[in-house]
Amino acid sequence: MDLKDLYRDVILDHNRRPRNFGRIEAPDGRADGHNPLCGDQLSVFVRLAGERVEDIRFEGKGCAISTASASLMTEAVKGKDRAAIRELFERVHTLLTQADAPPDIGLGKLAALSGVREFPVRVKCASLCWHTLNAALEHGNATISTE
Amino acid sequence: MAANPSRAPSAPAYDVERVRRDFPILNTMVNGHPLVYLDSAASAQRPLQVLRAVENYETHSHANVHRGVHALSQAATAAYEGARERVRRFINAGSTREIIFTRGTTEAINLVAQAWARNRLKADDEILITALEHHANIVPWQMVCEQTGCKLKVAPINRRGELEFDALLKLLGPRTRLVAVAHVSNALGTILPVERIIAAAHAAGALVLIDGAQAVPHARVDVRALGADFYTFSGHKLYGPTGIGVLYGRDELLSAMPPWQGGGDMILTVSFEKTTYNELPWKFEAGTPNISGVVGLAAAMDYVESLGIEAIAAHEARLLELATAELARIPGIELIGTAAHKAAVLSFTMKGVHPHDLGTILDAQGVAVRTGHHCAMPVMTFFGVPATARASFGCYNTQGEVAALVSALGKAREVFG
Repeated sequence: MDLKDLYRDVILDHNRRPRNFGRIEAPDGRADGHNPLCGDQLSVFVRLAGERVEDIRFEGKGCAISTASASLMTEAVKGKDRAAIRELFERVHTLLTQADAPPDIGLGKLAALSGVREFPVRVKCASLCWHTLNAALEHGNATISTE
Repeated sequence: MAANPSRAPSAPAYDVERVRRDFPILNTMVNGHPLVYLDSAASAQRPLQVLRAVENYETHSHANVHRGVHALSQAATAAYEGARERVRRFINAGSTREIIFTRGTTEAINLVAQAWARNRLKADDEILITALEHHANIVPWQMVCEQTGCKLKVAPINRRGELEFDALLKLLGPRTRLVAVAHVSNALGTILPVERIIAAAHAAGALVLIDGAQAVPHARVDVRALGADFYTFSGHKLYGPTGIGVLYGRDELLSAMPPWQGGGDMILTVSFEKTTYNELPWKFEAGTPNISGVVGLAAAMDYVESLGIEAIAAHEARLLELATAELARIPGIELIGTAAHKAAVLSFTMKGVHPHDLGTILDAQGVAVRTGHHCAMPVMTFFGVPATARASFGCYNTQGEVAALVSALGKAREVFG
Protein backbone atom coordinates (compact mmCIF):
# COMPACT_ATOMS: atom_id res chain seq x y z
CA MET A 1 0.00 0.00 0.00
CA ASP A 2 1.83 3.01 -1.31
CA LEU A 3 0.42 6.47 -0.70
CA LYS A 4 2.18 7.78 -3.81
CA ASP A 5 0.11 5.31 -5.81
CA LEU A 6 -3.11 6.82 -4.47
CA TYR A 7 -2.12 10.46 -4.39
CA ARG A 8 -0.45 10.74 -7.78
CA ASP A 9 0.55 14.14 -9.10
CA VAL A 10 -2.43 14.22 -11.48
CA ILE A 11 -4.80 13.61 -8.56
CA LEU A 12 -3.18 16.26 -6.37
CA ASP A 13 -3.21 18.75 -9.24
CA HIS A 14 -6.91 18.21 -10.00
CA ASN A 15 -7.70 18.43 -6.28
CA ARG A 16 -5.92 21.75 -5.98
CA ARG A 17 -7.24 23.16 -9.25
CA PRO A 18 -10.43 21.32 -10.15
CA ARG A 19 -11.41 21.75 -13.81
CA ASN A 20 -14.95 22.67 -14.85
CA PHE A 21 -15.75 23.69 -11.30
CA GLY A 22 -18.97 25.68 -10.91
CA ARG A 23 -22.59 25.57 -12.03
CA ILE A 24 -24.49 25.68 -15.28
CA GLU A 25 -27.55 27.89 -15.12
CA ALA A 26 -30.72 26.17 -16.39
CA PRO A 27 -28.98 22.84 -17.04
CA ASP A 28 -30.60 20.03 -19.01
CA GLY A 29 -29.70 17.70 -16.20
CA ARG A 30 -28.39 18.01 -12.67
CA ALA A 31 -27.99 15.63 -9.78
CA ASP A 32 -26.66 15.79 -6.23
CA GLY A 33 -24.42 13.07 -4.86
CA HIS A 34 -23.77 12.44 -1.21
CA ASN A 35 -21.44 10.13 0.65
CA PRO A 36 -22.78 10.16 4.22
CA LEU A 37 -19.79 8.20 5.47
CA CYS A 38 -17.36 11.08 4.98
CA GLY A 39 -19.67 13.99 4.19
CA ASP A 40 -18.65 14.33 0.54
CA GLN A 41 -21.25 16.28 -1.40
CA LEU A 42 -21.19 17.19 -5.03
CA SER A 43 -23.56 18.43 -7.70
CA VAL A 44 -23.14 17.70 -11.40
CA PHE A 45 -24.69 19.93 -14.10
CA VAL A 46 -24.92 19.00 -17.78
CA ARG A 47 -25.97 20.79 -20.93
CA LEU A 48 -26.93 18.47 -23.74
CA ALA A 49 -26.94 18.80 -27.49
CA GLY A 50 -29.11 15.85 -28.43
CA GLU A 51 -27.37 12.80 -27.02
CA ARG A 52 -24.11 14.64 -26.57
CA VAL A 53 -22.84 16.31 -23.39
CA GLU A 54 -21.99 19.75 -24.68
CA ASP A 55 -20.96 21.19 -21.32
CA ILE A 56 -20.51 19.79 -17.83
CA ARG A 57 -19.63 21.36 -14.50
CA PHE A 58 -19.55 20.26 -10.91
CA GLU A 59 -19.34 21.82 -7.51
CA GLY A 60 -19.22 20.56 -3.99
CA LYS A 61 -16.99 19.65 -1.09
CA GLY A 62 -15.06 16.49 -0.81
CA CYS A 63 -11.80 14.69 -0.26
CA ALA A 64 -8.98 14.82 -2.79
CA ILE A 65 -10.05 11.57 -4.42
CA SER A 66 -13.63 12.65 -4.94
CA THR A 67 -12.70 16.15 -6.13
CA ALA A 68 -9.99 14.94 -8.51
CA SER A 69 -12.17 12.14 -9.83
CA ALA A 70 -14.99 14.58 -10.57
CA SER A 71 -12.60 17.00 -12.23
CA LEU A 72 -11.05 14.26 -14.39
CA MET A 73 -14.50 12.96 -15.24
CA THR A 74 -15.72 16.31 -16.53
CA GLU A 75 -12.70 16.57 -18.83
CA ALA A 76 -13.18 13.03 -20.06
CA VAL A 77 -16.90 13.15 -20.85
CA LYS A 78 -17.24 16.62 -22.35
CA GLY A 79 -18.26 16.23 -25.98
CA LYS A 80 -19.15 12.53 -25.65
CA ASP A 81 -22.60 11.06 -26.14
CA ARG A 82 -24.53 9.07 -23.54
CA ALA A 83 -23.54 5.68 -24.92
CA ALA A 84 -19.85 6.56 -24.92
CA ILE A 85 -20.14 7.90 -21.35
CA ARG A 86 -21.82 4.69 -20.19
CA GLU A 87 -19.02 2.68 -21.72
CA LEU A 88 -16.40 4.91 -20.11
CA PHE A 89 -18.09 4.54 -16.69
CA GLU A 90 -17.87 0.74 -17.08
CA ARG A 91 -14.16 0.98 -17.78
CA VAL A 92 -13.55 3.35 -14.86
CA HIS A 93 -15.52 1.04 -12.59
CA THR A 94 -13.33 -1.88 -13.66
CA LEU A 95 -10.25 0.25 -13.07
CA LEU A 96 -11.41 1.15 -9.55
CA THR A 97 -12.53 -2.27 -8.39
CA GLN A 98 -10.68 -5.08 -10.19
CA ALA A 99 -7.22 -5.71 -8.82
CA ASP A 100 -6.22 -7.92 -11.75
CA ALA A 101 -7.62 -5.70 -14.51
CA PRO A 102 -5.11 -5.27 -17.37
CA PRO A 103 -3.96 -1.69 -17.99
CA ASP A 104 -6.58 0.24 -19.95
CA ILE A 105 -4.42 2.44 -22.15
CA GLY A 106 -7.34 4.33 -23.67
CA LEU A 107 -8.40 5.85 -20.36
CA GLY A 108 -5.81 8.59 -20.53
CA LYS A 109 -5.58 10.71 -17.40
CA LEU A 110 -8.39 8.74 -15.74
CA ALA A 111 -5.87 5.92 -15.33
CA ALA A 112 -4.34 7.99 -12.52
CA LEU A 113 -7.22 6.67 -10.37
CA SER A 114 -5.97 3.08 -10.56
CA GLY A 115 -4.28 3.40 -7.15
CA VAL A 116 -7.70 3.70 -5.52
CA ARG A 117 -8.33 -0.05 -5.84
CA GLU A 118 -5.65 -0.70 -3.21
CA PHE A 119 -7.80 1.34 -0.79
CA PRO A 120 -11.24 -0.30 -0.90
CA VAL A 121 -12.90 2.17 1.49
CA ARG A 122 -12.00 4.96 -0.92
CA VAL A 123 -13.61 3.46 -4.04
CA LYS A 124 -16.88 5.23 -3.26
CA CYS A 125 -15.05 8.56 -3.14
CA ALA A 126 -13.89 8.06 -6.72
CA SER A 127 -17.14 6.65 -8.07
CA LEU A 128 -19.54 9.14 -6.45
CA CYS A 129 -19.21 11.65 -9.32
CA TRP A 130 -19.88 8.98 -11.94
CA HIS A 131 -23.03 7.79 -10.21
CA THR A 132 -24.12 11.41 -9.89
CA LEU A 133 -23.48 12.10 -13.58
CA ASN A 134 -25.41 8.95 -14.42
CA ALA A 135 -28.36 10.23 -12.38
CA ALA A 136 -28.18 13.63 -14.06
CA LEU A 137 -28.28 11.99 -17.50
CA GLU A 138 -30.93 9.39 -16.67
CA HIS A 139 -33.37 11.35 -14.59
CA GLY A 140 -32.64 14.98 -15.30
CA ASN A 141 -32.85 15.81 -11.61
CA ALA A 142 -32.03 13.46 -8.79
CA THR A 143 -30.25 12.90 -5.51
CA ILE A 144 -28.14 9.83 -4.99
CA SER A 145 -26.24 8.45 -2.05
CA THR A 146 -23.38 5.99 -1.76
CA GLU A 147 -24.97 4.31 1.25
CA MET B 1 -11.91 13.85 35.40
CA ALA B 2 -9.18 14.13 32.80
CA ALA B 3 -8.89 17.85 33.37
CA ASN B 4 -7.56 17.23 36.85
CA PRO B 5 -4.34 15.23 36.68
CA SER B 6 -3.47 15.44 40.36
CA ARG B 7 -2.69 12.16 42.09
CA ALA B 8 -1.99 11.18 45.62
CA PRO B 9 1.81 11.23 46.16
CA SER B 10 1.74 7.63 47.35
CA ALA B 11 0.06 6.34 44.18
CA PRO B 12 2.36 4.06 42.17
CA ALA B 13 3.50 5.39 38.80
CA TYR B 14 1.16 4.46 36.00
CA ASP B 15 2.88 1.64 34.10
CA VAL B 16 1.46 1.95 30.60
CA GLU B 17 3.69 -0.82 29.21
CA ARG B 18 2.21 -3.25 31.72
CA VAL B 19 -1.29 -2.08 30.76
CA ARG B 20 -0.50 -2.63 27.08
CA ARG B 21 0.39 -6.27 27.74
CA ASP B 22 -3.26 -6.80 28.70
CA PHE B 23 -4.38 -5.79 25.19
CA PRO B 24 -3.12 -8.34 22.63
CA ILE B 25 -4.71 -6.46 19.72
CA LEU B 26 -2.21 -3.64 20.26
CA ASN B 27 0.49 -5.94 18.83
CA THR B 28 -1.23 -5.87 15.44
CA MET B 29 0.82 -4.63 12.49
CA VAL B 30 -1.12 -2.30 10.18
CA ASN B 31 0.25 -1.63 6.71
CA GLY B 32 3.71 -2.61 7.88
CA HIS B 33 3.63 -0.38 10.95
CA PRO B 34 2.81 -1.16 14.58
CA LEU B 35 -0.81 -0.23 15.26
CA VAL B 36 -1.25 3.15 16.94
CA TYR B 37 -4.83 2.98 18.14
CA LEU B 38 -6.21 6.47 18.71
CA ASP B 39 -9.90 5.70 18.28
CA SER B 40 -11.01 4.62 21.75
CA ALA B 41 -13.77 7.24 21.78
CA ALA B 42 -15.40 5.26 18.96
CA SER B 43 -14.72 1.90 20.60
CA ALA B 44 -12.07 0.95 23.12
CA GLN B 45 -10.10 -2.30 22.86
CA ARG B 46 -10.67 -5.10 25.35
CA PRO B 47 -8.11 -6.45 27.79
CA LEU B 48 -7.44 -10.17 28.22
CA GLN B 49 -9.33 -10.02 31.51
CA VAL B 50 -12.54 -9.21 29.59
CA LEU B 51 -11.85 -11.67 26.77
CA ARG B 52 -11.21 -14.45 29.31
CA ALA B 53 -14.28 -13.67 31.38
CA VAL B 54 -16.45 -13.93 28.26
CA GLU B 55 -14.69 -17.11 27.13
CA ASN B 56 -14.97 -18.62 30.58
CA TYR B 57 -18.68 -17.87 30.72
CA GLU B 58 -19.30 -19.27 27.23
CA THR B 59 -17.15 -22.35 27.93
CA HIS B 60 -18.42 -23.28 31.38
CA SER B 61 -21.57 -21.42 32.41
CA HIS B 62 -23.84 -20.63 29.49
CA ALA B 63 -27.56 -21.33 29.59
CA ASN B 64 -30.59 -19.07 29.51
CA VAL B 65 -31.15 -16.87 32.57
CA HIS B 66 -34.12 -16.84 34.96
CA ARG B 67 -35.57 -19.89 33.23
CA GLY B 68 -34.43 -23.16 34.69
CA VAL B 69 -33.57 -25.08 37.79
CA HIS B 70 -30.67 -26.86 36.15
CA ALA B 71 -27.11 -26.10 37.16
CA LEU B 72 -26.05 -24.09 34.11
CA SER B 73 -29.12 -21.89 34.14
CA GLN B 74 -28.43 -21.15 37.78
CA ALA B 75 -24.78 -20.38 36.98
CA ALA B 76 -25.76 -18.09 34.10
CA THR B 77 -28.36 -16.31 36.24
CA ALA B 78 -25.84 -15.85 39.04
CA ALA B 79 -23.30 -14.42 36.60
CA TYR B 80 -25.88 -12.13 35.02
CA GLU B 81 -27.36 -10.81 38.25
CA GLY B 82 -23.91 -10.65 39.85
CA ALA B 83 -22.86 -8.37 37.02
CA ARG B 84 -25.84 -6.14 37.70
CA GLU B 85 -24.62 -5.69 41.25
CA ARG B 86 -21.15 -4.93 39.83
CA VAL B 87 -22.63 -2.18 37.66
CA ARG B 88 -24.61 -0.81 40.60
CA ARG B 89 -21.41 -0.45 42.63
CA PHE B 90 -19.53 1.05 39.65
CA ILE B 91 -21.91 4.00 39.40
CA ASN B 92 -23.07 3.90 43.03
CA ALA B 93 -26.74 3.40 42.29
CA GLY B 94 -28.98 2.74 45.27
CA SER B 95 -30.33 -0.59 44.08
CA THR B 96 -29.95 -3.16 41.30
CA ARG B 97 -33.61 -2.42 40.51
CA GLU B 98 -32.28 0.77 38.95
CA ILE B 99 -29.85 -0.96 36.56
CA ILE B 100 -31.39 -1.90 33.21
CA PHE B 101 -29.24 -3.69 30.64
CA THR B 102 -29.65 -2.40 27.09
CA ARG B 103 -27.80 -2.83 23.79
CA GLY B 104 -25.94 0.39 24.44
CA THR B 105 -26.35 4.07 25.17
CA THR B 106 -28.50 4.54 22.09
CA GLU B 107 -31.03 1.94 23.19
CA ALA B 108 -31.01 3.28 26.75
CA ILE B 109 -31.91 6.78 25.52
CA ASN B 110 -34.58 5.39 23.20
CA LEU B 111 -36.04 3.45 26.12
CA VAL B 112 -36.48 6.65 28.13
CA ALA B 113 -37.79 8.49 25.07
CA GLN B 114 -40.46 5.89 24.36
CA ALA B 115 -41.36 4.59 27.82
CA TRP B 116 -41.14 7.89 29.70
CA ALA B 117 -41.29 10.92 27.38
CA ARG B 118 -43.75 9.60 24.82
CA ASN B 119 -46.24 8.67 27.53
CA ARG B 120 -46.01 11.90 29.47
CA LEU B 121 -45.22 14.84 27.26
CA LYS B 122 -47.88 17.03 25.70
CA ALA B 123 -47.85 19.56 22.88
CA ASP B 124 -46.74 22.46 25.07
CA ASP B 125 -43.92 20.58 26.76
CA GLU B 126 -40.26 21.04 25.94
CA ILE B 127 -37.18 18.85 25.90
CA LEU B 128 -33.90 20.73 26.24
CA ILE B 129 -30.65 19.40 24.78
CA THR B 130 -27.37 21.10 23.82
CA ALA B 131 -25.74 21.86 20.47
CA LEU B 132 -22.94 19.36 21.04
CA GLU B 133 -25.03 16.20 21.40
CA HIS B 134 -24.38 12.94 19.61
CA HIS B 135 -27.16 11.96 17.19
CA ALA B 136 -28.23 9.35 19.76
CA ASN B 137 -29.22 12.17 22.09
CA ILE B 138 -30.98 14.18 19.38
CA VAL B 139 -32.96 11.85 17.15
CA PRO B 140 -34.86 9.89 19.85
CA TRP B 141 -36.20 13.22 21.17
CA GLN B 142 -37.11 14.41 17.68
CA MET B 143 -39.13 11.21 17.33
CA VAL B 144 -40.92 11.98 20.62
CA CYS B 145 -41.63 15.50 19.33
CA GLU B 146 -43.23 14.01 16.23
CA GLN B 147 -45.25 11.60 18.37
CA THR B 148 -46.46 14.05 21.02
CA GLY B 149 -46.14 17.49 19.46
CA CYS B 150 -43.69 18.62 22.18
CA LYS B 151 -40.80 20.92 21.26
CA LEU B 152 -37.06 20.37 21.16
CA LYS B 153 -34.95 23.26 22.44
CA VAL B 154 -31.19 23.45 21.91
CA ALA B 155 -28.78 25.28 24.21
CA PRO B 156 -25.91 26.80 22.20
CA ILE B 157 -22.15 26.29 22.48
CA ASN B 158 -19.34 28.81 21.98
CA ARG B 159 -16.40 28.67 19.55
CA ARG B 160 -14.34 26.70 22.06
CA GLY B 161 -17.04 24.04 22.09
CA GLU B 162 -18.25 24.88 25.60
CA LEU B 163 -21.87 24.98 26.61
CA GLU B 164 -23.27 28.52 26.98
CA PHE B 165 -24.57 27.86 30.46
CA ASP B 166 -26.43 31.16 30.81
CA ALA B 167 -28.22 30.51 27.53
CA LEU B 168 -29.22 27.08 28.84
CA LEU B 169 -30.63 28.72 31.96
CA LYS B 170 -32.68 31.07 29.79
CA LEU B 171 -34.13 28.16 27.83
CA LEU B 172 -35.01 26.32 31.00
CA GLY B 173 -38.57 27.17 31.93
CA PRO B 174 -41.86 25.87 33.32
CA ARG B 175 -42.50 23.97 30.09
CA THR B 176 -39.17 22.13 30.22
CA ARG B 177 -39.91 18.56 31.23
CA LEU B 178 -36.57 16.96 30.45
CA VAL B 179 -33.00 18.12 30.02
CA ALA B 180 -30.94 15.56 28.08
CA VAL B 181 -27.22 16.32 27.85
CA ALA B 182 -23.91 14.62 27.24
CA HIS B 183 -21.55 14.31 30.19
CA VAL B 184 -18.60 14.50 27.75
CA SER B 185 -18.85 15.47 24.07
CA ASN B 186 -17.67 12.70 21.74
CA ALA B 187 -16.76 15.08 18.91
CA LEU B 188 -15.10 17.86 20.93
CA GLY B 189 -14.06 16.31 24.23
CA THR B 190 -15.82 19.03 26.22
CA ILE B 191 -16.72 18.04 29.77
CA LEU B 192 -20.09 19.53 30.59
CA PRO B 193 -20.92 20.99 34.02
CA VAL B 194 -23.53 18.31 34.66
CA GLU B 195 -23.79 19.03 38.40
CA ARG B 196 -24.84 22.62 37.68
CA ILE B 197 -27.13 21.54 34.85
CA ILE B 198 -28.87 19.01 37.09
CA ALA B 199 -29.29 21.53 39.90
CA ALA B 200 -30.75 24.14 37.53
CA ALA B 201 -33.04 21.62 35.82
CA HIS B 202 -34.35 20.27 39.11
CA ALA B 203 -34.95 23.80 40.34
CA ALA B 204 -37.06 24.35 37.22
CA GLY B 205 -38.95 21.12 37.84
CA ALA B 206 -37.42 19.18 34.93
CA LEU B 207 -35.87 15.72 34.95
CA VAL B 208 -32.35 15.12 33.64
CA LEU B 209 -30.94 12.38 31.43
CA ILE B 210 -27.16 12.24 31.13
CA ASP B 211 -25.55 10.57 28.10
CA GLY B 212 -22.47 9.25 29.84
CA ALA B 213 -21.04 7.14 27.00
CA GLN B 214 -17.85 9.23 26.81
CA ALA B 215 -17.63 9.94 30.54
CA VAL B 216 -17.55 6.58 32.31
CA PRO B 217 -14.20 5.53 30.77
CA HIS B 218 -12.54 8.69 32.10
CA ALA B 219 -14.15 9.61 35.37
CA ARG B 220 -15.69 8.12 38.45
CA VAL B 221 -19.42 8.57 38.07
CA ASP B 222 -21.62 8.55 41.15
CA VAL B 223 -25.21 8.81 39.95
CA ARG B 224 -26.55 9.53 43.42
CA ALA B 225 -24.04 12.27 44.15
CA LEU B 226 -24.83 13.76 40.74
CA GLY B 227 -28.55 13.49 41.34
CA ALA B 228 -29.14 12.29 37.77
CA ASP B 229 -32.62 10.97 37.05
CA PHE B 230 -31.39 8.85 34.15
CA TYR B 231 -27.79 8.02 33.27
CA THR B 232 -26.81 6.00 30.19
CA PHE B 233 -23.59 4.44 28.95
CA SER B 234 -22.12 1.71 26.74
CA GLY B 235 -19.85 -1.22 27.54
CA HIS B 236 -17.60 -0.99 24.51
CA LYS B 237 -16.25 2.45 25.31
CA LEU B 238 -15.31 1.16 28.75
CA TYR B 239 -13.05 -1.67 27.49
CA GLY B 240 -16.03 -4.05 27.48
CA PRO B 241 -17.96 -5.81 24.72
CA THR B 242 -20.16 -4.20 22.07
CA GLY B 243 -23.90 -4.72 22.20
CA ILE B 244 -24.22 -4.08 25.91
CA GLY B 245 -25.04 -0.89 27.73
CA VAL B 246 -26.77 0.40 30.82
CA LEU B 247 -29.71 2.58 31.67
CA TYR B 248 -29.68 3.81 35.23
CA GLY B 249 -32.99 5.32 36.29
CA ARG B 250 -34.30 6.32 39.68
CA ASP B 251 -36.53 3.56 41.04
CA GLU B 252 -39.52 5.85 41.45
CA LEU B 253 -39.36 6.91 37.78
CA LEU B 254 -38.75 3.44 36.36
CA SER B 255 -41.52 1.97 38.53
CA ALA B 256 -44.02 4.43 37.10
CA MET B 257 -42.99 3.78 33.49
CA PRO B 258 -44.77 1.17 31.38
CA PRO B 259 -42.64 -1.50 29.68
CA TRP B 260 -41.40 -0.54 26.24
CA GLN B 261 -40.96 -4.00 24.74
CA GLY B 262 -43.07 -7.03 25.48
CA GLY B 263 -41.97 -10.64 25.60
CA GLY B 264 -40.43 -13.24 27.83
CA ASP B 265 -38.75 -12.34 31.13
CA MET B 266 -40.57 -9.01 31.46
CA ILE B 267 -43.80 -10.65 32.69
CA LEU B 268 -45.02 -12.29 35.89
CA THR B 269 -48.09 -13.98 34.44
CA VAL B 270 -49.57 -14.12 30.97
CA SER B 271 -53.05 -15.09 29.94
CA PHE B 272 -55.00 -13.99 26.88
CA GLU B 273 -57.15 -11.82 29.11
CA LYS B 274 -54.55 -10.17 31.29
CA THR B 275 -50.79 -10.01 31.59
CA THR B 276 -48.97 -8.72 34.64
CA TYR B 277 -45.52 -7.22 34.29
CA ASN B 278 -42.39 -8.22 36.09
CA GLU B 279 -40.66 -6.19 38.77
CA LEU B 280 -37.77 -3.85 38.12
CA PRO B 281 -35.34 -4.22 36.51
CA TRP B 282 -36.66 -7.15 34.46
CA LYS B 283 -39.76 -5.21 33.38
CA PHE B 284 -37.51 -3.48 30.85
CA GLU B 285 -35.55 -6.54 29.72
CA ALA B 286 -37.81 -8.47 27.37
CA GLY B 287 -36.32 -11.54 25.73
CA THR B 288 -33.08 -13.38 26.33
CA PRO B 289 -30.48 -10.74 27.16
CA ASN B 290 -26.87 -10.39 26.05
CA ILE B 291 -25.57 -12.52 28.92
CA SER B 292 -21.96 -12.82 27.81
CA GLY B 293 -21.93 -9.08 27.09
CA VAL B 294 -23.05 -8.41 30.64
CA VAL B 295 -20.37 -10.74 31.98
CA GLY B 296 -17.77 -8.93 29.86
CA LEU B 297 -19.01 -5.55 31.04
CA ALA B 298 -18.61 -6.56 34.68
CA ALA B 299 -15.07 -7.79 33.93
CA ALA B 300 -14.30 -4.48 32.22
CA MET B 301 -15.41 -2.60 35.33
CA ASP B 302 -13.18 -4.83 37.47
CA TYR B 303 -10.33 -4.09 35.09
CA VAL B 304 -10.81 -0.33 35.07
CA GLU B 305 -10.98 -0.26 38.85
CA SER B 306 -7.87 -2.43 39.12
CA LEU B 307 -5.96 0.28 37.21
CA GLY B 308 -7.80 3.02 39.08
CA ILE B 309 -10.02 5.33 37.08
CA GLU B 310 -8.31 8.40 38.53
CA ALA B 311 -4.94 7.00 37.44
CA ILE B 312 -6.29 6.34 33.93
CA ALA B 313 -7.71 9.87 33.78
CA ALA B 314 -4.42 11.40 34.92
CA HIS B 315 -2.51 9.37 32.33
CA GLU B 316 -4.89 10.46 29.57
CA ALA B 317 -4.71 14.09 30.70
CA ARG B 318 -0.91 14.00 30.29
CA LEU B 319 -1.30 12.59 26.76
CA LEU B 320 -3.92 15.20 25.90
CA GLU B 321 -1.69 18.00 27.11
CA LEU B 322 1.28 16.68 25.15
CA ALA B 323 -0.73 16.07 21.96
CA THR B 324 -2.41 19.47 22.16
CA ALA B 325 0.98 21.18 22.42
CA GLU B 326 2.52 19.07 19.64
CA LEU B 327 -0.37 19.60 17.21
CA ALA B 328 -0.32 23.35 17.87
CA ARG B 329 3.20 23.38 16.42
CA ILE B 330 2.17 21.86 13.08
CA PRO B 331 1.35 24.53 10.49
CA GLY B 332 -2.22 24.35 9.18
CA ILE B 333 -3.63 22.27 12.03
CA GLU B 334 -6.74 23.69 13.63
CA LEU B 335 -8.12 22.14 16.79
CA ILE B 336 -11.91 21.89 16.84
CA GLY B 337 -12.95 21.90 20.48
CA THR B 338 -10.70 23.78 22.87
CA ALA B 339 -12.81 23.78 26.03
CA ALA B 340 -11.11 24.55 29.33
CA HIS B 341 -12.35 21.22 30.68
CA LYS B 342 -11.74 18.41 28.23
CA ALA B 343 -11.49 14.64 28.11
CA ALA B 344 -8.74 13.06 26.04
CA VAL B 345 -10.26 13.79 22.62
CA LEU B 346 -8.55 15.88 19.94
CA SER B 347 -10.66 16.84 16.95
CA PHE B 348 -8.78 18.72 14.26
CA THR B 349 -8.51 19.70 10.63
CA MET B 350 -5.44 20.25 8.46
CA LYS B 351 -5.54 23.08 5.97
CA GLY B 352 -5.70 21.84 2.39
CA VAL B 353 -6.15 18.19 3.39
CA HIS B 354 -9.64 16.76 3.69
CA PRO B 355 -10.09 14.68 6.89
CA HIS B 356 -10.88 11.63 4.80
CA ASP B 357 -7.53 11.88 3.02
CA LEU B 358 -5.88 12.50 6.37
CA GLY B 359 -7.45 9.28 7.69
CA THR B 360 -6.08 7.25 4.78
CA ILE B 361 -2.58 8.75 5.08
CA LEU B 362 -2.49 8.12 8.83
CA ASP B 363 -3.79 4.57 8.35
CA ALA B 364 -1.02 3.88 5.84
CA GLN B 365 1.34 4.53 8.76
CA GLY B 366 -0.60 2.38 11.18
CA VAL B 367 -2.26 5.30 12.97
CA ALA B 368 -6.00 4.72 13.53
CA VAL B 369 -8.05 7.89 13.98
CA ARG B 370 -11.70 8.53 13.37
CA THR B 371 -12.57 10.78 10.44
CA GLY B 372 -16.01 12.07 9.61
CA HIS B 373 -18.81 13.84 11.40
CA HIS B 374 -18.62 11.68 14.55
CA CYS B 375 -22.42 11.25 14.60
CA ALA B 376 -22.61 14.92 15.54
CA MET B 377 -23.46 16.66 12.28
CA PRO B 378 -24.83 19.80 14.00
CA VAL B 379 -21.42 20.24 15.66
CA MET B 380 -19.70 20.07 12.27
CA THR B 381 -22.17 22.60 10.86
CA PHE B 382 -21.53 24.93 13.82
CA PHE B 383 -17.79 24.90 13.17
CA GLY B 384 -18.28 25.15 9.40
CA VAL B 385 -16.42 21.95 8.57
CA PRO B 386 -17.77 18.88 6.74
CA ALA B 387 -15.79 16.58 8.98
CA THR B 388 -12.80 16.41 11.29
CA ALA B 389 -10.10 13.93 12.15
CA ARG B 390 -10.30 12.84 15.77
CA ALA B 391 -7.60 11.26 17.89
CA SER B 392 -8.80 9.93 21.23
CA PHE B 393 -6.73 8.41 24.01
CA GLY B 394 -7.33 5.50 26.33
CA CYS B 395 -5.60 3.75 29.19
CA TYR B 396 -3.12 2.01 26.85
CA ASN B 397 -1.86 4.93 24.76
CA THR B 398 1.68 6.21 25.08
CA GLN B 399 3.70 9.36 24.53
CA GLY B 400 5.44 7.47 21.72
CA GLU B 401 2.07 7.14 20.02
CA VAL B 402 1.54 10.89 20.23
CA ALA B 403 4.90 11.22 18.45
CA ALA B 404 3.73 8.69 15.83
CA LEU B 405 0.61 10.78 15.23
CA VAL B 406 2.68 13.92 14.81
CA SER B 407 5.05 12.18 12.41
CA ALA B 408 2.13 10.77 10.38
CA LEU B 409 0.62 14.25 10.12
CA GLY B 410 3.97 15.46 8.81
CA LYS B 411 3.71 12.80 6.13
CA ALA B 412 0.27 14.11 5.15
CA ARG B 413 1.75 17.59 4.76
CA GLU B 414 4.49 16.10 2.61
CA VAL B 415 2.04 14.24 0.33
CA PHE B 416 -0.24 17.23 -0.15
CA GLY B 417 2.54 19.82 -0.28
